[in-house]
Formats: sequence, C-alpha cells, structure tokens
Amino acid sequence: MSVANLSYRAVFSLVLKRDLTIAMRHKDDIINPLLFFVIVVTLFPLGIGPEAQTLSRIAPGIIWVAALLSTLLSLDRLFKSDHIDGSLEQMLLSPQPVFILVLAKIVAHWLITGLPLILIAPLLAVLLHLNEQSYEALILTLLLGTPVLSLLGAIGVALTVGIKKGGVLLSLLVLPLYIPVLIFATSAIDTAALGLPYSGQLAIIAALFFGSLTLAPFAVGAALKVSTN
Amino acid sequence: MILRYVITRSKSKNDLHQNKADKHRLDFVRYFQHVKECIFPLSANLAASLASKDEPALISASNLTCIREERLLFDQLTIEINAGDIVQVEGPNGSGKTSLLRILAGLSQPYEGEVFYKNQLITQSREEFHQNLLYLGHLPGVKGEMTAQENLNFNLTLHGLHINSSEIEETLALVNLTGFEDSLASHLSAGQHRRISLARLYKSTANIWILDEPFTAIDKQGVHSLEQLFKAHIKQGGCVILTTHQDLLTFSPSQIKKITLDYLID
Repeated sequence: MSVANLSYRAVFSLVLKRDLTIAMRHKDDIINPLLFFVIVVTLFPLGIGPEAQTLSRIAPGIIWVAALLSTLLSLDRLFKSDHIDGSLEQMLLSPQPVFILVLAKIVAHWLITGLPLILIAPLLAVLLHLNEQSYEALILTLLLGTPVLSLLGAIGVALTVGIKKGGVLLSLLVLPLYIPVLIFATSAIDTAALGLPYSGQLAIIAALFFGSLTLAPFAVGAALKVSTN
Repeated sequence: MILRYVITRSKSKNDLHQNKADKHRLDFVRYFQHVKECIFPLSANLAASLASKDEPALISASNLTCIREERLLFDQLTIEINAGDIVQVEGPNGSGKTSLLRILAGLSQPYEGEVFYKNQLITQSREEFHQNLLYLGHLPGVKGEMTAQENLNFNLTLHGLHINSSEIEETLALVNLTGFEDSLASHLSAGQHRRISLARLYKSTANIWILDEPFTAIDKQGVHSLEQLFKAHIKQGGCVILTTHQDLLTFSPSQIKKITLDYLID
C-alpha cells in the first residue's frame, strides 16, 4: 500500500471507468434517452404526413430538437444518484482536483447518451428524407454540438442537484443556453442542403465546444460546492 | 489562592514547625492536583498541548456560527483538536452535530468563523487537508451498481491509496464481509453498506477522522472492533471526531473530549 499523488490522467480514467461500469450495469441510463430520441423523430412523419419535401425541410430541426430534449432528459442522472448515495461528497473531499472529476463524469455522460445518438441519427435522417448533401453536416454538428449540451447541462444539474424537485428549474436554466447550439447546427445543415459551405456555423459550434470544455468543469465544480453546502 | 494562603501561613510559624509544614504543604499540593484532575479531566491533555505549543493543532475552528432554516444552531464556537484526541459531539436531534462535522470537513460553509488545518485555512490548503482527512457522513457513499470490492477499491484509489486485490479482500474480511466481495452492493443490507465505507478506515493514512454516526446499523461486535481501531488511530497521532448516541464503552470518560450542542434547548 502506498500513498501517491495520482496523475490527472489516472484520476480521469478512474472516474470515467467507474461511471461507464455503472451505466453498463444500469442499462436504463443508456436506453431511455436513446429510445426517447428515436420515438420523437419517428412520430413526426406520422403526424405531419409522408411528403418528402416537407419532411426534408424540417428534418434538421426535428433531429436537433429531439437530441436536445433527450439530453435534457438524461441530464438528471449526471450527479443526482451520486448526490443521493453520498459518493458525490466523497469525491469533493478527495485530494484530487474537482474539475478533473467533473470532466470525467461529463465525458462519461456524453459517451453514454451523446454517442449512441450520433450513431443512430443517420438512420433516422433517412426516415425524414434528409437531403443527401446534409449528412456530413448533420454528423459534424452532432459531434461538436452534443458535447456542448452535456457540458452546459452539467452546470445546470450541478446547481439544482441539492433541490428536491429541481427538474423544472433545470429545464428553465439549461434550455436557453442550448438555443445557440440549436440555431447554428440547424442553420449549418440547411446551408449544406443548398450546397453552400457551412464552415462558418461549424466554427461557431466548435468555439462553443472548446469554450464550454475549458470553462464548464470549473463552473460545475463551484456549483457542486454550493449545492452540497 | 487557597494554596498560597496555606503556604504563607505555614511560613509565618516558627522554625520548629517548618518541616512539618513543608510536608503538609506537599501533601496539600498533591491532594489539590488530584482533586483538579478529578474535576477537570481535560487539564492534563490541555497542559500537554500547551507544553508542545510548537506542534499546531490538527484541526481548529474559531468563532463558528451556524444558522439553518433561520435557527441558530451554535454561536461563536471555538474548538481546538490535537493529535491523540477523541472528540464526541453530543446533542439532541437537530442540534447541529452533522452541520458542525460538515463545516469542519469543509463541505459546508459556516455563517461566520473559520476552520484551520495545522493553522492554515482549509480553503487555502485544500489538497493537503483532504489528503489528511477521512470524512464519513450519514450516507455511506456506496454505489449499488458496483460490487463491495469495486466500491472499496474506487474509494481508496480516489484518495490516493493503491492496494492490490488480495489486500482489498483482507480489508473486507476485517469488516466481516468475507464472501460478499463480488456481490453487488444493491444486494447487501444497510449495515453491510456502512461496513463497506468503514473498511476504508483500516487502510487510511489520514490523521483526521470525522465520522458522523459511524455505529448506525453496525452490530455490537462491529462497534467493539471499531473502538479498538479508534484507539490505535489516536495512539498513532491521529484524532477522531465523531457523533454517536451510544456510549463509547472501551474508552474511559476522561479520554473523551466532549462538545455539547444544546443551543436549541430553552
């Protein structure tokens, strides 16, 4: 037995592995948001009608709104169960820097909820007659955009984790922050459908991604300290 | 005062009585010390701590005030806890025991006042403080989806302790969890959850232990072995701060420092 300072990477992989193990054993966490995403997207053609032109016009919006809501649905689990059983306290009291722990948890959340969503999105895009030229833009915006949803959402969860019924508050806090991602992502996909370059929109989403990646973990750490007070 | 009075009086007597008076004075001093120790069992500790003043208190707090739900739980509380102390925080339900422990651990902010680790603010020396702190709250911090072994391993590794799997099994055996190493924690009882989290104490290198109701859901035998563990820990220069409604049976009352919170009682 020895006491050693863990490297940041070791702490990161320790927490990441733990969260993924828990998710694999508690499969609801993975299946529930994904199922929600699939159901919402498949219901639209049924409700609106099968005309390809209408569907392809609204496809980017539907996919992105569904992705956004399914992320929102899954956010609660990010810190809630750890808060309830006391493991969050233990993490905050560990000698490891809080932002590394938080970052690992957010990455785990994205791998559990964001990644399956990206993998299944092209299939659902076919269902909505998405323009062929837009597939690349759809995947790229989802790849850059869904981590932003997880990162920004984590701030909201961290702020509301101590509140008994924080669900409504969480939506109110987080949804306005999601709107820029939604606007630029759908606009990128629409632009791609016209055959125009969409790198501008993509660059803005990338900026949002890197901005939130570097700042959100610190904000989450601070918010968790307030919430567990 | 009384002592000095006796001495001056004995000195005023003539030389014949001098020897007798000296003996008498010595007896009196001894008796007085004995009485003092009976009344103030802490004074011996206090004297020791004063003597070694260059060794800063492990954990100290000044002027702590805690307000919860617009009620004052404690006010201007100043504490100094040294190596080798076992401190029991007492008080009825809702008197602020848990709040005090959480403030000392740095989980909650006091309304007023500061907490120090070796004379440094705990907020400034967070990493060093947390390396030397083991806090077990009301909640065991055990994940139901992980096995007993995985839970213990994660908790130890997170706090910078690397131990191999055979050592983990040994540690779990110490808290009577032999045969449950690979069971998911969700299949175990509340007492066994608590045992998983308490198992950390056996491997801990932290010198400050803050334990909130550590004996909850633990059987008599378990309580006994925990008390032995506390004894060994304070002997090694650590300190234990705990709340419990049970009496610590293997400690003599003079060994235990008590902090009584009864602000609420009118």
